[in-house]
Amino acid sequence: MSSLLEVEGLVKHFVAERSLFGRALAHVKAVDGVSFSLDAGKTLALVGESGCGKSTVSRLVLRLIEPDAGAVRFDGRDLLSLDANGLRAFRREAQIIFQDPYASLNPRMTVGQILTEPLTLHYLVPASRRSERVAELLRLVGLEPRLARRYPHEFSGGQRQRIAIARALAVEPKLIICDEPVSALDVSIRSQILNLLRELQDRLGLAYIFVSHDLAVVKHIADHVAVMNLGQIVETAEANALFAAPRHPYSRALLSAIPVPKPRAKSSRIVLQGEIPSALNPPPGCRFHTRCPYVIDRCRSEMPQLKPDGIGHATACHRTSELPSSEAIVPMDGGFSPVLEKLVAAFSGGPEAARGGRVRSLGAAPTSP
Amino acid sequence: MSPSPLIEIRDLRIRFHGDDGRVTHAVDSVDLSVAHGATLGLVGESGCGKSVTSLAIMGLLPKQSAEISGAIRFDGFDLLKTPDQILRDLRGNRLAMIFQEPMTSLNPSFTIGDQITETILRHRGGSRKSARNRALELLRRVHIPSPERRIDEYPHKLSGGMRQRVMIAMALACDPRLLIADEPTTALDVTLQAQILELMRELKAASGAAIILITHDLGVVAEVCDEVAVMYAGEIVERAPVDELFSAPQHPYTVGLLGSIPRLDHRAEQLATIEGMVPNMAQPPAGCRFAARCPFMLDACTKAPPPLLEVGPGHLSRCIRAPLELLVS
Repeated sequence: MSSLLEVEGLVKHFVAERSLFGRALAHVKAVDGVSFSLDAGKTLALVGESGCGKSTVSRLVLRLIEPDAGAVRFDGRDLLSLDANGLRAFRREAQIIFQDPYASLNPRMTVGQILTEPLTLHYLVPASRRSERVAELLRLVGLEPRLARRYPHEFSGGQRQRIAIARALAVEPKLIICDEPVSALDVSIRSQILNLLRELQDRLGLAYIFVSHDLAVVKHIADHVAVMNLGQIVETAEANALFAAPRHPYSRALLSAIPVPKPRAKSSRIVLQGEIPSALNPPPGCRFHTRCPYVIDRCRSEMPQLKPDGIGHATACHRTSELPSSEAIVPMDGGFSPVLEKLVAAFSGGPEAARGGRVRSLGAAPTSP
Repeated sequence: MSPSPLIEIRDLRIRFHGDDGRVTHAVDSVDLSVAHGATLGLVGESGCGKSVTSLAIMGLLPKQSAEISGAIRFDGFDLLKTPDQILRDLRGNRLAMIFQEPMTSLNPSFTIGDQITETILRHRGGSRKSARNRALELLRRVHIPSPERRIDEYPHKLSGGMRQRVMIAMALACDPRLLIADEPTTALDVTLQAQILELMRELKAASGAAIILITHDLGVVAEVCDEVAVMYAGEIVERAPVDELFSAPQHPYTVGLLGSIPRLDHRAEQLATIEGMVPNMAQPPAGCRFAARCPFMLDACTKAPPPLLEVGPGHLSRCIRAPLELLVS
């Protein structure tokens, strides 16, 4: 089965310093040989610490920035060879949602104008039917159509993120890149947006690349996860497999550090010592060796390759087979007690469904600032 | 309740007077106390009043626009009636605070050594040399690698995690009795967050300081707090020992919050959501402030504000439907 998106050996080095005559003196190796694939209708999460290159990868995939080397195939087409027209057509199929819904919507345009723009640009809907389509898009993301006349500042953060999602959906894409889409939102709003993304995926068959540093959110939404460290993927696996037993020492440390909402949770947390090395000057050999508790001499000189194990779990570590078992490394939150489980269920709509309609009406009036 | 808490807040009310004459009720009748050496988590979403409460403790609210009433007793002082001069002696000394943004709360034009020694010299006096030695010791205590070199560096040379550690070192400079940490790990990656939380636990064990931890991350609360107060729309809606709060919450808002976090153990298809909006705090509703968003609401809820009542040992809830178990049994 061919994938919707195939990325191979992607490289992007940014010039960090130039000489007087413009010659590059130093490079930030933001992305250094990244490969992955994504099937239609699935979610791949890219996780890792700030500066690991996860956002750069997501921009390279859309060709918002040009890669230095590598190949990106989308639906069988080679993206890097597309000309301006081809690229514009491609943008109909892949969209992006950013972290900050306050910065990603033009404050001088009404929501209606924001949503009409992509329709006009891509000649999608005849002018006479555009307002109808805008209303449809707003309903799709749980907002009332009458809100189309309002400006972004009249909305709360969660509602703005809904508008950003509606804008991405306007062109009926197959892939949406979600770059930290819920990091700026409060927990209760965050869950609304996560539910919405999930629902839209089921309904429209969207594929997502989900960039996040919040691992509980990733566990919730992703089918596959790629763990990145300093511009490289160190481990990739199905989400359940990764969270059950992470293999790479970096993934182990990352997942063991998740704070769980359960007091006195049993934790075998690995607290990493030392600072994250700079991507300007990544260490030789394995890029994690300066912080790795299992480091041996070989790690300092030889870079490990990402090796698949035959059942879709690939790890880039020389010592994969020798490391101790990693089961129970990810902290358990133990779920809810039966009573609390029932309460939460009742909270999210049990008795309400009967009481009528309030649960799904998300439009409400915008906040007065 | 312990005989004499380190800090005791009684009926704290904070109103902001806007330029347009609007009055915002930011905090209403908040009662809190923290025992020596204990950690209280103050939880809630943006705008619930948790940060404003902490700024009131520190005496950092603007005098012109903020109207504050009630009492904040700390170490024999009522902080709300204490003259500025004395407050300045307390701040950075017995009372210290760490802010969320380590990038913006350090002065970019002074070395970190200068900034830490300034605090020490201001409160403890002594020679520049001894203050510098103390600063070095503090940097070592917060695990800054090669402190002898780092002490003369400017903040921009440090990573986010290191800056936050410098902030903590500065807050600890004079062995505070109470440390207020406002979202200290929110801007950090999980691995760094783990380091900072570990550090805070370590320091608490070593110095016996009490901590008020302000956060919206319930995972962090579960990890470091002894007691939790949940705030909603300027009020405390629930207060409980940490185990109780997570196992048997007694306010619907807390239930909603717990239900809306993705869990690691099982993959729920749908997360709980709290529908609707926070009420407009210029005209807070007459009854329960959460009523409009509460699935368990009764007519009585909208008539009169519910009192904060004890529903179990040390467990208070501002909900007339508590105990909530009865709703689902």
